[in-house]
Amino acid sequence: MSSLTRKDLLSKDFLSIFRRSFKTSTWLGWKIESNWTDPFLFAVYSIIKPLSGAAIIVVMYSVIAQGNYDTPYFAFLYFGNAFFQYVGSVMTGVSWAIVDDREHYKTLKYMYVAPIQMPTYLLGRGMARILVGTLSVFITILGGILFLNVPFHFSEVNWLLFAVTFVLGIIALINMGLILAGVTLMLARHSDFVGDAVASSMFLFTGAIFPITSLPVVLQPIGYALPTTYWLELIRRALIGNVVDAFPTFAGFSNLQLLGILTAFALVLSIVSNRIFKACEHRAREQGLIDRVTNY
Amino acid sequence: MQTMIGRASPRLIGLYREKSWLIFDVFFPMLTVIGYVMIYKAIGAPEDYVGFVVVGGAMTAFWMNILWSMSSQLYWEKETGNLPLYIASPAPMMGILLGMALGGMVGTFIRATGVILIGSLLFNVTYTIQNGFLLGIIFILSMISLYGLGMMTASLFLLFGREAWHLANLAQEPVFLVSGFYFPLKFLPFWVSAAASIIPLTLGLDGMRQLVFASGATLGFLDPKLEAIILAVLSVFFIVGAKLLLDHTEKLAIREGRITENRR
Repeated sequence: MSSLTRKDLLSKDFLSIFRRSFKTSTWLGWKIESNWTDPFLFAVYSIIKPLSGAAIIVVMYSVIAQGNYDTPYFAFLYFGNAFFQYVGSVMTGVSWAIVDDREHYKTLKYMYVAPIQMPTYLLGRGMARILVGTLSVFITILGGILFLNVPFHFSEVNWLLFAVTFVLGIIALINMGLILAGVTLMLARHSDFVGDAVASSMFLFTGAIFPITSLPVVLQPIGYALPTTYWLELIRRALIGNVVDAFPTFAGFSNLQLLGILTAFALVLSIVSNRIFKACEHRAREQGLIDRVTNY
Repeated sequence: MQTMIGRASPRLIGLYREKSWLIFDVFFPMLTVIGYVMIYKAIGAPEDYVGFVVVGGAMTAFWMNILWSMSSQLYWEKETGNLPLYIASPAPMMGILLGMALGGMVGTFIRATGVILIGSLLFNVTYTIQNGFLLGIIFILSMISLYGLGMMTASLFLLFGREAWHLANLAQEPVFLVSGFYFPLKFLPFWVSAAASIIPLTLGLDGMRQLVFASGATLGFLDPKLEAIILAVLSVFFIVGAKLLLDHTEKLAIREGRITENRR
């Protein structure tokens, strides 16, 4: 099922299989993520971890700024850190199913003989983490607005820009997750940590918590080569536009220009990720890695 | 002793055989450390705070080792089918836990040293060691009590099913927060810090920072000598607790048939 031709892609069967794969794997992903405990405990579990991550940064800031949250840098830091939670949840969400199904449940080989589309299946499996990530981002931002006076004015938000940016960014992240899933297929060890490791790297290079111009000049191009950098900049411009003026990293770019760059990233990644995943999958099949259990 | 060395050896040999840990356990944690250092630099924090982050970042390696290679270990052994073999063998389970702790401690010490060395060189961290003897005592007591805690929770995790993974996952960021891994503990409310002191790294890290940084003493939570005494008490408590709990949970797990179950 994974070697689909263009004709197949346009057929009714394709859509039907897509719908079925996505729906079933989303349901499966949600059950795996959530049914190990009762719903209340799951909700608490889902928000404590990201809130603690945000709180570490708030306390660090507060220790030095002596509780003065009314600065442009705090808003920059808070929103960047809050939305960055998506990077980990989307990318790891999509790629983790490979580790889970191959190492833990030992069902990956059965997925390959089932009439499903593997990339769609992986996307569905990741949806639970994406939904939980959305809840975490929402609660983190709400907490910032209610308790830390993060400068957010509902009426001044550019909702259209936010919606378009948000969707494009998620598309880019999903496709990066698919690339990671392909890489994970070929890894014997440390595959558990690939998503987190890549997310950690991006935390540093994408201007999530400090402007990328603060990085050494030699490292800045890494930030400019990542879609998340533009995504976070546009999210900030849409939600807290006036604050971003204090950080002139992209001052020479209009919203439309940045949106164009992000769209290009999303498009290119959509094409490239599928090809990379297919290439990795092909190699994994040839080398017999689909059902490899390492217990590492 | 034979069991302990036997169980510790795979962890030590693994350090040489599988060198990819250098990337995953030193390089990637360094990125988080660099990120936090950059925040402090962006807000103009005093230089010692950079050192606090480097030392805190290095100590996260020990906490991660406790969570994923001590607490969850018997659970993983159960999942992979090794646990019944351990129990069927004449080796005492306490020896196996001690071996896990010893191997993990040595391996993690090398990783943490790597993070400290790279971080210190990268950010030019200045250390002003005020009492080397007390520093050594606090570090050793922190490790004994921390791995004692790991041994105790390992037996608890033996009773868990799928929730084991989630519980270990949950005990990362919240612990980094309440234990003051990236900022001085003193800035948290007193009772939060006091409650967090049950985790040995909380007081261990606070004591070590007080003894290696010039401004450490002014930012300390308790007197380092008092912290050493509390850590000594915690060490005894956790190791005795681990022995009692292991005996109890092993019996319970055998009686309820949980040794061979796989509830993933």
